[in-house]
Amino acid sequence: MSGADRIDVVKTGKLYIGGASPRSESGRTFTIEDAKGRVYARMAQASRKDTRDAIEAARAKGLPKWSGSTAYLRGQVLYRFAEMIESRSEDLAGDLQRTGSTAAAARKEVAASVDRMVSLAGWCDKLDQLLGCRNPVTGPYHNHTVPQARGVIGVVTPAQPRLLGLISMVGLTLVPGNAVVAIVPREAALQAITLGEMLAVSDMPAGAVNLLTGDVDELLEHLGAHGDVRAVLGAGLSKGQRADLRRAAADSVLRPVHCVKFAGDDWVKDAVVSSPWMLDLVVDHKTIWHPAST
Amino acid sequence: MTAAEGTRLEYATAPERLRPQIDASYGLFINGEFVEPASNASFVTTDPATGRKLAEVAQGDERDVDRAVQAAKAAGARWSRLKPSERAKYLFRLARRLQECSRELAVLETMDGGKPIRESRDVDLPLAAQHFFYHAGWADKLQFAFAGATPKPLGVCGQIIPWNFPLLMAAWKIAPALACGNTVVLKPAETTPLTALHLARIMQEIELPDGVVNIVTGAGNTGAAVVNHPGMKKIAFTGSTDVGRHIMHSLAARDIPLTLELGGKSPNIVFADASLDQAIEGVVSGIWFNQGHVCCAGSRLYVEECIAEEFIAALRERMARLRVGDPLDKNTDVGAINSAEQLERIEGLVSCGRDQGAVLHEINDDPLPSRGNWHRPCFFTGVEPSHTIAREEIFGPVLSVMTFRTPEEAIRRANSTPYGLAAGVWTDKGAKIFDIAARLEAGVVWCNTYNMFDASSPFGGTKASGFGREGGRHGLRAYVQLAEARS
Repeated sequence: MSGADRIDVVKTGKLYIGGASPRSESGRTFTIEDAKGRVYARMAQASRKDTRDAIEAARAKGLPKWSGSTAYLRGQVLYRFAEMIESRSEDLAGDLQRTGSTAAAARKEVAASVDRMVSLAGWCDKLDQLLGCRNPVTGPYHNHTVPQARGVIGVVTPAQPRLLGLISMVGLTLVPGNAVVAIVPREAALQAITLGEMLAVSDMPAGAVNLLTGDVDELLEHLGAHGDVRAVLGAGLSKGQRADLRRAAADSVLRPVHCVKFAGDDWVKDAVVSSPWMLDLVVDHKTIWHPAST
Repeated sequence: MTAAEGTRLEYATAPERLRPQIDASYGLFINGEFVEPASNASFVTTDPATGRKLAEVAQGDERDVDRAVQAAKAAGARWSRLKPSERAKYLFRLARRLQECSRELAVLETMDGGKPIRESRDVDLPLAAQHFFYHAGWADKLQFAFAGATPKPLGVCGQIIPWNFPLLMAAWKIAPALACGNTVVLKPAETTPLTALHLARIMQEIELPDGVVNIVTGAGNTGAAVVNHPGMKKIAFTGSTDVGRHIMHSLAARDIPLTLELGGKSPNIVFADASLDQAIEGVVSGIWFNQGHVCCAGSRLYVEECIAEEFIAALRERMARLRVGDPLDKNTDVGAINSAEQLERIEGLVSCGRDQGAVLHEINDDPLPSRGNWHRPCFFTGVEPSHTIAREEIFGPVLSVMTFRTPEEAIRRANSTPYGLAAGVWTDKGAKIFDIAARLEAGVVWCNTYNMFDASSPFGGTKASGFGREGGRHGLRAYVQLAEARS
């Protein structure tokens, strides 16, 4: 209760899976407290089953539509998303502020998140030209290498920066047409809720982005070991978490694990985060041969 | 009849009959010289076509790997700072010398591994030389290869290679590593160490600085010592998916880059509208090239149902004309199976195919040599998707033939495997080619061709076939660190 005249409406945060907002099947929740230690929101705590459901939604629903979209369309959808973040700036800054950021830092992080999404949106229809090429093979063949979406990508977003880390990791994974299943640590759960709310009314196909709030340690291995996950991209992971993730990823069907280590103000630099070499981590290069003679 | 009737024509000795000089024993190649292993242990490498011993080869252990890593590390300080255009010149020299030595190396490759001389002469050796030549030219152009980023060498690279293309795999691994300013500890396969050791001699001849490339021979334990050495800044492995998985486990706690080029069960899809004569040739080279000891072998053939009967008859006809036998005979199509162990594995899977109800087609006319490891080229029909031979990599001259009715079904069945190395598609319809090539889950897609390789063409797989690329501009990524990519 904040004042004498009115009862607060405490937010119930849910997961975002397949375009819907379910509670965790486990029935578990955790609380987010504001800077004064009062309960601000109750969030769903994702389980192994939720992780599997999210991967299934990503593979069956999100991926075919999103990877089947033209690069131009993906660019427009991501740009539209930047517009939506901009229009929710105050909410987003408020949430950051409520959970520890200064007003100035919160405003700066939201602005950087909008700008990041704008930058990423522009990559969709250029990535092939930078990362793909025709190969001058010896013989009468046309041979070219094209970067393609890998499929469902497991993403672990960092505890800091909460919003910019989340937007960057999810956004860059979406650029080539991948579907995302993201584990979002408790610290950034409020940001995940707002992201989910925006995604639900955006042009992003249902299932293209799935957000699981909860304990990274608990969910990491289930994400990394799932046979339908084609790569894992993690940020802010501890040494032990990175090792667990790589072990899990080696077990069933092999998949690459990329753990990025951004330090200092790396997150705000487009040259670092919105670079072709970050995007290169979430594409798969396919080389195609065809005879070029009669 | 001619005057020559009744007289025997005199021919000069065929080039492939001139045997290369093979030493009685070989040491480890560390810091520019051949040295005895710490344990003094050795193993024997044999000619799989005769069972005859070729040489004793040093068995390296942790101590030798450590010595090699120290040498590589010391050499790296100079090598990585060498003017890139000078680094390039060493690699160009290597390429040239390989071309000059290609006859004897081709014969040696065939003797140690069992592959037909026609293949080692026309495929392995030219491609190995091309690989050095191609990468030589990158050494002084790396700053342009990575848009907006600055590439730096990684340091000492541990590289483990298989027995199916011994020298070619050594070239695939060493050339990009060196071009990017790294130094190398290479572990050749246990059954085929000789060409890598002769490559080491060439490195001495061209005066490659000591320690830039070190070669430690041995078996699985030696490979494990390479993977687990804390001085390694990168591991590259080509081999089986099981070992790849094991390596990824071993490296889980270390933040060093890893590339894996693993097994496959690659689909080869033939549509009714394909040029069928060409498709037959593609299927033949897809599965029977190098006795099927090819990670990207087209071992699952999917034929459109309406042409299956005709196509299978033509395939049978073509298979009957393959010559199995002496790998040093230039008319041989299918040589010796690389090892007794591999032969046993192939035979086990073939009998499993029979037991599970598939129908074996094999041509039994020519007698096989009495000594050595041999397996006739063969294929199965009546194969169900659940059969072991349709799912597991055989790594031998054994093809599983299945049928499909629609393009959707072909794609679904082709992708229904944990592997994703290569795929083939045969149709004369251009739009269909582009559509299907885009939807096949494979790192390499051969359209109206199969088993083509080139130094400029990135090779590598997805899913359980591994990750990372070798060859082309894309292959360089595995041997540099980009300050801008913090991974």
